[in-house]
Amino acid sequence: MAASAPALAPKRSRVRDLFGAGNAADAAFRIVTLAFGALIIAVIAIAVFEMASQSSTSFGAFGLHFLSGTVWDPLHREFGALPFIYGTVVSSLLALLIATPVSVGVAIFLVEMAPPRLGSAISALVELLAAIPSVLLGLWGIFVMVPFLQTRLEPGLQVAFPGVPLFTGAPYGVGLLAAGLILAIMIVPTIVAISRDVMAMVPTAQREAMLALGATHWEATRRAVLPYARSGITGAVVLGLGRALGETMAVTMVIGNRPVISASLLEPSYTMASVIANEFTEATYQLYVSALIEVGLVLFGVTVLINAAARLLVWRTSRASELVVG
Amino acid sequence: MLRGPANLGRRQRLNRFMGALFCIATLLAVLPLLLVVGYIAANGAQGLNLDLITQLPKPAGEIGGGMANAFLGTFILLAIASAIALPVGILAGVYLSEFGHGPFGDVLRFLTDVLTGVPSIVVGLVAYTLLVIPLHSFSAVSGAVALSVIMLPTVTRTTEEALKRVPATIREASLALGIHEWKTVLLVVVPAGLGGIVTGIMLGIARISGETAPLLFTAFGSQFWQQGLLKPVAAVPLQIFQYAIAPYKDWHQQAWAAALLLMLLVLGLNLGVRLVTRTGFGSVR
Repeated sequence: MAASAPALAPKRSRVRDLFGAGNAADAAFRIVTLAFGALIIAVIAIAVFEMASQSSTSFGAFGLHFLSGTVWDPLHREFGALPFIYGTVVSSLLALLIATPVSVGVAIFLVEMAPPRLGSAISALVELLAAIPSVLLGLWGIFVMVPFLQTRLEPGLQVAFPGVPLFTGAPYGVGLLAAGLILAIMIVPTIVAISRDVMAMVPTAQREAMLALGATHWEATRRAVLPYARSGITGAVVLGLGRALGETMAVTMVIGNRPVISASLLEPSYTMASVIANEFTEATYQLYVSALIEVGLVLFGVTVLINAAARLLVWRTSRASELVVG
Repeated sequence: MLRGPANLGRRQRLNRFMGALFCIATLLAVLPLLLVVGYIAANGAQGLNLDLITQLPKPAGEIGGGMANAFLGTFILLAIASAIALPVGILAGVYLSEFGHGPFGDVLRFLTDVLTGVPSIVVGLVAYTLLVIPLHSFSAVSGAVALSVIMLPTVTRTTEEALKRVPATIREASLALGIHEWKTVLLVVVPAGLGGIVTGIMLGIARISGETAPLLFTAFGSQFWQQGLLKPVAAVPLQIFQYAIAPYKDWHQQAWAAALLLMLLVLGLNLGVRLVTRTGFGSVR
């Protein structure tokens, strides 16, 4: 819509044509704003370059074994990141497992069931949850949620599922389960907001056609809305995963920070982000710092890929509905 | 699927059952917010006193003191981060909205969204390698730069959205009067979209005011008053983290009280935005 300018202004020189501007001042303005846009790309490029060059010491020492090594022992200069990768992946997947059904349920409630005013009030509350800083959730986690897990939920799970490997070990409160729960709380708003938006984009005629055939509301939602919004909802879930993987403070405060790989959800664990948070200022020699930066680089790479995939999925849904509606 | 009246009762029961499930899901999603806000308000209110915002921290284990330096530090960090991120973010947003129709605009838009998803601790690492290592010291500047990078995509994208909502006819009216394009954008389009831009600024500040992870090894924290922008600086979220994981009851109490003030700031900014824009359907990213 803003492209009206070049169409109206007479074009004079090649340089000006290049930027589509009518005169020198406009060309300069375009170049300046472009430069600030390019700065954002430069920031990302610099970040990738810096992290790659700073982690080269560690990469040179361990190569790909860095990702599969299970021993993280700074005293003996041995660095394997697998315990952190395991802790990150398991806590994030646990969070997804809890948050996805809840979030999709909320989105269906907001779009298909709630009266508009109630819907926007609940939307607002869920969005406020997203605004609460991670460290405050962590504070609540340490002093309220962890004691509850330790004295109630975890013993309860052990009684309900005796001998199941997922729930063995002493209930410490801190551990994978606590991390998964707090992450679930943090990613619900992300998944809700995007699922709600893509479901709202499904044309009303779709629903009405189903209802006119005698379908119940749930049947209309399941057959006419959910299939339509599927790739968008998948995108929302993947975006939530991206957020969970990189989340630092709240997880660091409740996961127990011990680099072990255990099948039990009650055991303390460690994530990539938390090991950086806890150990970076204590890293006393070059290889140690480099290993931590390599952990950061892996985290960076994974979250960027996941975010890119999620954006493409969400974008595909909105593109599809534009085609139908417009 | 629709077999006939014989199934009607079962289908309607399923419909009601699923409806009930979605209501329960909604309650489950809102419950943590109420719990967290409730606990922070209740525990924080007990620890609130004037010392918190006027006194320096006491040495570990001693009762009393406050974290006035952390409140000042957070203010300094937010001010410098905004001074960096606002011009860059707003102008980049102007580019996206006014000129970013080609492939470069799409790439920039995509990368800005990707930057939103970069974990804040990774941003801290980059700020460490770029600023802390060369300057040989943790510093307020390095912390502020890290925060500005985190704030940048929020400001850029909300500015773009705000300017895109300004009707094309307003631009055309201005251009038709013979006003240059750059003047049209800066003096007509930007003022028309100012409300949205202010929204972006408030959301950006809200987002970074509680950020802790990127400050751990950039701003680092301090028990003293600020001694210059190239020296370590205290920050409220850092102080809350350090106090929460320390074994002292009095520090826990101060952490709750500081958490209450921080929460009021963040929720206040978010509710402010909501009042300014009056939309129930903003978006979380």
